[in-house]
Amino acid sequence: MRILVCVKRVPAPGARINITDDGQNVDTTHLAFTTSPHEECAVEAAAQLVEEHGGEAIVLTLGPAEAEEQLRYAVSVGAQRGVLVLQDDESDPQRTSRALTTAIGELEADGPFDLVLFGNESADSGGFQVGIRVAHALGRPVVNGAKALAIDDGSVNLERETEAGRERYVLPLPAVVGVKEGINLPRYPTMRGRLASKKADIASEAAAIDVIDGALTMELLERPPETESSTIFLGEGPDAAAAVVDVLGELGVLS
Amino acid sequence: MSELPAGARCVVIGAGIVGNCLVGHLAKLGWDEIVLIEKGPLPNPGGSTGHASNFIFPTDHNKEMALLTLESQRQYIEYGVNNECGGIEVARDEARMEEFNRRMTSAKAFGIDARLVTPAEIKEMVPFITEDIILGGFYTPTVSVADSLQMGTLMRDEAVAAGALSVFANTEVLDLEVSEAGAVSAVVTDKGRIECEHVAIACGVWSPRIAAMAGANIPLTPAVHQMADVGPIDILQESNVELAYPIVRDMDTFCYERQSSGSMEVGSYAHRPIFHHPDDIPSIEAAAMSPTELPLTQDDFDPQMEEAIELMDMLGDAEIKYAINGLLSLTPDAMPVLGETPEVRNLWSAAAVWVKEGPGIAQLIAEWMTYGYPRICDPHGSDIARFYPHEKTEHHIYARCAEHFNKTYGIVHPREQWESQRDMRRSPFFAREEALGAVFFDARGWERPQWFESNADLLERYSGRCDPREHEWDARWWSPITNAEHLHMRDAVGMVDLTAFNEFDFEGPGAFDFLQYMTVNSVNVAVGRSVYTPLLTHDGGFRTDLTILRLAEDHFRVVTGAFDGGRDRYWFTRNLPDDGSVTFTDRTSGMCTIGVWGPNAQATMAKIVTGDHLPYDVTQDGFPYGHVREVLIDGVPCTMFRISYVGENGWEVYTNAEHGLRVWDSIAATGEEFDIRPVGLGVYAVTGRIEKGYRLMGAELESEYNPVEAGLARPKVKSADFIGKDAYLAARDTDPVATLCTLEITDQTSAAGIARYPVGGNEPIVTSDGERIIDAHGRPSRVTTAGAAPSLGSYLLLAYLPPEHAIEGTTLGVVYMNEQFPVRVARVGGQPLFDPTDERMKTDPA
Repeated sequence: MRILVCVKRVPAPGARINITDDGQNVDTTHLAFTTSPHEECAVEAAAQLVEEHGGEAIVLTLGPAEAEEQLRYAVSVGAQRGVLVLQDDESDPQRTSRALTTAIGELEADGPFDLVLFGNESADSGGFQVGIRVAHALGRPVVNGAKALAIDDGSVNLERETEAGRERYVLPLPAVVGVKEGINLPRYPTMRGRLASKKADIASEAAAIDVIDGALTMELLERPPETESSTIFLGEGPDAAAAVVDVLGELGVLS
Repeated sequence: MSELPAGARCVVIGAGIVGNCLVGHLAKLGWDEIVLIEKGPLPNPGGSTGHASNFIFPTDHNKEMALLTLESQRQYIEYGVNNECGGIEVARDEARMEEFNRRMTSAKAFGIDARLVTPAEIKEMVPFITEDIILGGFYTPTVSVADSLQMGTLMRDEAVAAGALSVFANTEVLDLEVSEAGAVSAVVTDKGRIECEHVAIACGVWSPRIAAMAGANIPLTPAVHQMADVGPIDILQESNVELAYPIVRDMDTFCYERQSSGSMEVGSYAHRPIFHHPDDIPSIEAAAMSPTELPLTQDDFDPQMEEAIELMDMLGDAEIKYAINGLLSLTPDAMPVLGETPEVRNLWSAAAVWVKEGPGIAQLIAEWMTYGYPRICDPHGSDIARFYPHEKTEHHIYARCAEHFNKTYGIVHPREQWESQRDMRRSPFFAREEALGAVFFDARGWERPQWFESNADLLERYSGRCDPREHEWDARWWSPITNAEHLHMRDAVGMVDLTAFNEFDFEGPGAFDFLQYMTVNSVNVAVGRSVYTPLLTHDGGFRTDLTILRLAEDHFRVVTGAFDGGRDRYWFTRNLPDDGSVTFTDRTSGMCTIGVWGPNAQATMAKIVTGDHLPYDVTQDGFPYGHVREVLIDGVPCTMFRISYVGENGWEVYTNAEHGLRVWDSIAATGEEFDIRPVGLGVYAVTGRIEKGYRLMGAELESEYNPVEAGLARPKVKSADFIGKDAYLAARDTDPVATLCTLEITDQTSAAGIARYPVGGNEPIVTSDGERIIDAHGRPSRVTTAGAAPSLGSYLLLAYLPPEHAIEGTTLGVVYMNEQFPVRVARVGGQPLFDPTDERMKTDPA
């Protein structure tokens, strides 16, 4: 099988997300970078499929040169190689999907990927669009929010959860799938995996991709007002019991 | 929760291992109204304690750190939070195996059970180790892991239960207020203001920020120590305990592997030095994990992972579950920063402390605050007052920390010299010395010639008495030229650059009384006379020793050494009366000093010294030993002081820095006919000194010992009161349980058949049977100074011995590099081996 996983480099936030003074970016001074949990699951799903069926999992990203870190991380947890489309500015979903579609076209010179996997949504902007736009541009079926995924003789069986129950889909391959966190438990990299990933082939596609702007522009990031949480000290040891009972009563959890 | 009090006796800031243990120890020592403030939540506020590996390898070559670590481990045991698992330092190369011999020696000195183990023995204890890449190991069964958070909680709770302490977490310090008199007076927090008498800063990596609020400087930098938790690993999981296997320190790759239940923690000191400014540490809110657990910079850690896998193959397939750039505190000399800040009274620093020494250091600070000086051990290596101004700058901190970070697991020679931040302080004679091929050693920024290559021709003249040392370790940072310079000085005359001396002037109507109160020996001497004297702690131990020149009725000049100048300056100024009756002037930077000694010193100086009446009489009759005179040398006003630290007739010559070069040149030119030579500090500080048995602060003289034990008690005690007098009188009335002795190695030949020369790094003195020697106060006998005695043709050691061994002629042993050499007690007490009656110093040369 040939599987492509698309990921996005995003800040790994602390408890409070700070915004730069110009309101255009998250202040990443003290932050590490990662991909969204959905994308980690997509990489894990691809790794498991390759382990089961053989083949190759390639991981693709659009981002700054530093995004190589996320590609190597994906390789350290089971992908075989990575492709980086260099892109320094923050990109909107239209622009991102155009660039990815072009990159996928080049990577598919020898035939289409059986599966193109996305995370359900990105961890920072959360547009829920890129996977669907790419599928549309490629003319392939797409299901987002997949919580189960299995290959079955030229098709992929998918499930997703709704409030009413579970939906099942069968898509012919090649297909595009948006994977949702919980579909699997992504592995941590091993030390050997990390070291091997340093030697992995990471191709840079900067020159080849002509990025066309989308219609969305960044106006301003604002932090939501902090929700005031106040702590009421109810007491210490057995003396606190009565007060705890009162609170639980007020909350209506005591019958 | 109770309200923040408006007043307190002491506010301790920071609830890491140090702050928690400090409030506990203060409460034990009787303090009450203590307030502990912590910005973060309890029990883990997010400082370095929270992510520390918590392990304790007790062996340290440094006495201060060894004692504090052992005491800390004892306290962890007392509180039931010490998990003993054993630890093995493994060697990948021969130099490390040699270092293990040295570690065995230090373990013996401080009474730590340890042994050398073979790769096969290591494999037996650590079945998952790749034994064929290691040459051997240094095994310490008592290595342990302490629960530092629980220890902190217990100490805190104990103080609360005693009614001595109230604790306020989630409380941020905004300001420290200082009174007009220069004492800390209040702590301002986001929850209110507390007026207080004392403030202790135990804020780890944030300490400089907090100190700066009061205008004080705690010189440290937050620095990264990388660590990763990898697992689960079957063999570790199957052990079903936190620590089933000894901790392994892979010394030559600067890494360690420590079991943590089912996984292994891999830590490193091998990566590039990575510093963070205290102002750039994220807040608790903005930190993904905690403020001191920053994202791992993976590229820095990769080489260490490869080496870790090399040592333990199973680590390669273990998952990296947690990996951080953990922050810890580094200081310019890798020692803690403890004591009252010199800038602000009653503002205490308890910073740059690791978990392994936390409780002991907390006790040390509590004692310091309670008794005016620590009792647990002499703190001179950690004392915040040790730093000179240039050493407290970020420039210096970053440069020195960058240099020593990768030596955390390094093999550091006791005489090892810094490479960075050199040439910070040069004497006026520097260019002359450089031209003479001086090899410079650093003395707190001063460049001091250790020996002169220009004197290499003397090796031939003194052939057979200045042989090279065969073993590289013994010869490192040493030259046989020192012996030759020594012998030449004894035969002719030498001149020594002593500009690194500190000169403190005390003037005014209260100067006499003040100094009388500070010193053991009376300063009630005539103008133009001098006093050598110890200064004591309140407990009667050595605080320092120095020389005082009485230049006028109300004008005294204190001369003290480079290494303790900062501490001495603090001690004097801290005790200075505030009524204006005494002025203090630090004249160090404006002065320079040349020592001129040897049988031809008098003849040399006779030619160029003049005074009001020409010619000037420089004979012992005209200018007796111990006297101080204002003279002209080649027309330059100088202060001449007839004294010697090397046992020869001669002087210390002081003059203003701008005159220095002329005086140097003049003495050198005049002395030419007497074959005057520049002589390095190798003679002044080691060979000349040890032949005369002169004691050195920080080596022989420490607060654990008193003048009776050191052989420095005079026949009478002055009537005036002075610091430590009661304790001193008591010591004089008691038979000493140890006496400082001079020992001679009677056979230096090692098993390998070569002569060895102990470098003087706490080598234990043992009985002929190899038993440790401990005095009645529990102090082990160990080498405080070692050095060649070229004039005696022997190699000498200084060490305190209990009475049963302090008998001249007794045969004992010294352990050096894990090998025992026989020594003979050559002298008990202060009398020198060389020229015991001081004839050479005090009579005119023949």
